[in-house]
Amino acid sequence: MAAPPPLAAYALRLGDDSLILGQRLSEWCGHAPALEVDLSLANVALDLVGQATHFLGVAGEVEGKSRDADALAFKRDVLDFTNCLLVEQPNGDFAQTIARQFLFSHFQELLFDALTGSSEPRLAAIAAKAVKEVTYHAQLASDWVVRLGDGADESKARMSAGLDWMWRFVDELFAMDALDNTLLKQGVAIDKAQLRPAWDARIESVLADAMLSRPAQRRPVLGGREGHHSEHLGHLLSEMQFLQRAYPGAMW
Amino acid sequence: MTAPSWTAGVRAGVSDSTGTGLRDCNACAGETQAVQEVRALLADIPDPEIPAISITELGIVREVHADRVVITPTYTGCPATLYIEQSVRAALDGAGFAHVRIETTLSPPWSSDWISDEGREKLRAYGIAPPPKGAGAASLNNDAPAQCPRCGSLNTEELSRFGSTPCKALWRCLACAEPFDRFKCH
Repeated sequence: MAAPPPLAAYALRLGDDSLILGQRLSEWCGHAPALEVDLSLANVALDLVGQATHFLGVAGEVEGKSRDADALAFKRDVLDFTNCLLVEQPNGDFAQTIARQFLFSHFQELLFDALTGSSEPRLAAIAAKAVKEVTYHAQLASDWVVRLGDGADESKARMSAGLDWMWRFVDELFAMDALDNTLLKQGVAIDKAQLRPAWDARIESVLADAMLSRPAQRRPVLGGREGHHSEHLGHLLSEMQFLQRAYPGAMW
Repeated sequence: MTAPSWTAGVRAGVSDSTGTGLRDCNACAGETQAVQEVRALLADIPDPEIPAISITELGIVREVHADRVVITPTYTGCPATLYIEQSVRAALDGAGFAHVRIETTLSPPWSSDWISDEGREKLRAYGIAPPPKGAGAASLNNDAPAQCPRCGSLNTEELSRFGSTPCKALWRCLACAEPFDRFKCH
C-alpha cells in the first residue's frame, strides 16, 4: 500500500494525539474525586475530541480515500495509530492523570501557538481555534500540580510518582523525524525540538511553585509515531471502537 | 460607503457598531431584502445551550449572503454545533430559503468579544455573568472578579474554571452566597 501524502500523515498524528487523550480523560467521567474535577476533565476531553474531529477531517480529505474523521477514529487498528505514547498511558490515580495532562498540555499549547503560522491554512485555523482552549487545559493541570505537590505528604508523593512515570514519554513529544522535516521545509510543520526550551521553562516554573523537583532523566521511550504502541492503546481502542465494530455503520 | 468586504483577513478589522464583529445590517447599503430577511431569521434562533440569547447575539453568525450563510463554532468540540446548523437549516427551509447554503468556518476563531452588548445584558438577566469585553485571549490567565448577576457584587470567587458547558466557568458570590455561571473569556 502506498504511503499516505505527508500532510495527511501529519494531520493524523495531530488528530490521534488529541483523540486518544480525549478518550483517556473520558474514562474519568463520573469517577473524578470531586464534581468540579469531573466537569473539568470531561470538558477538556470534549475540547480534545473536537480538535481530533477537525484534524482527522483534514487527514481524510488530503488522503482522498473517502474516509471521514469517524472512519479514521473507529475503523483503524492499533498499528495504524500514530499518537505519541504519553497520551495513551493509563489514567492511574488522579495525580498520574494530572501529570500526563500537565506535560502534554504545555507542549500542545506551544505547538498550536506555532502552528497558527503554518503555511497549511486548515491546520493553522484549527490551531488558532484550539490554542485558546488548550491554554485553559495547561492552567488547570498546572494548578493541580501545585495543589497536590505543595499539599499533604500523600498528595506530594503521588504527584511526584505520577510525574516520574510520565517523564520517560516526554522526549518523544519533541522528536523530529523524516516526515516532520519534509513538511518543515514546506512551512507546514513545526520544529518541535525548538519548542523544548520554552516548555522546560514552563515546567520548571510550575514545579518550583509545587515544591517538586524535576524527575530524573530516564531512557526515553519512543515509537508511537511509527505505530509501535504500548499494550494500553489496544485496550483503549477496544472500548472506544466497540460499537462500530459490533454494529458497523450504526448511527443515532 | 464602499461595499463590505467579507474576506477573512479583512473581517477582523472591519469597524462595527454592534460589537459582534459584524456590521450593523441597517448600515449595509444595498443589502437586498432577501438578505435582510435571512438576517432577521437568524436573529430569532436561540442558542440551544443558552436559549436566552440568539446565535446572532452570540456572534457565531459570521456572514449573510443571498445564497449562503457562514457560521462558526464557539469551541472546537461544542456539541451544539450540529444542532445549531440543523436549527438554521430548518429556519431557512421554513421561510422559503431552501437554496441558501450553510457554511462553517474556523477562521478567524470565535471570540467571546463577539457577543453583542444586547447579548451580554440578556446573559446577565438569565443569571450568567457575561465575559469581560475587549479582554480577549490575553486575559485568559488572569480573569478579573466576575460581577454576581443576581446582586451585582464583585465579592465573588471562582469555584471551577470548567462549568456545565465548555464556554462557562463556575463561580460563587460571597455577598449573596449564590453560585452562578460565568461565560469564559475566549
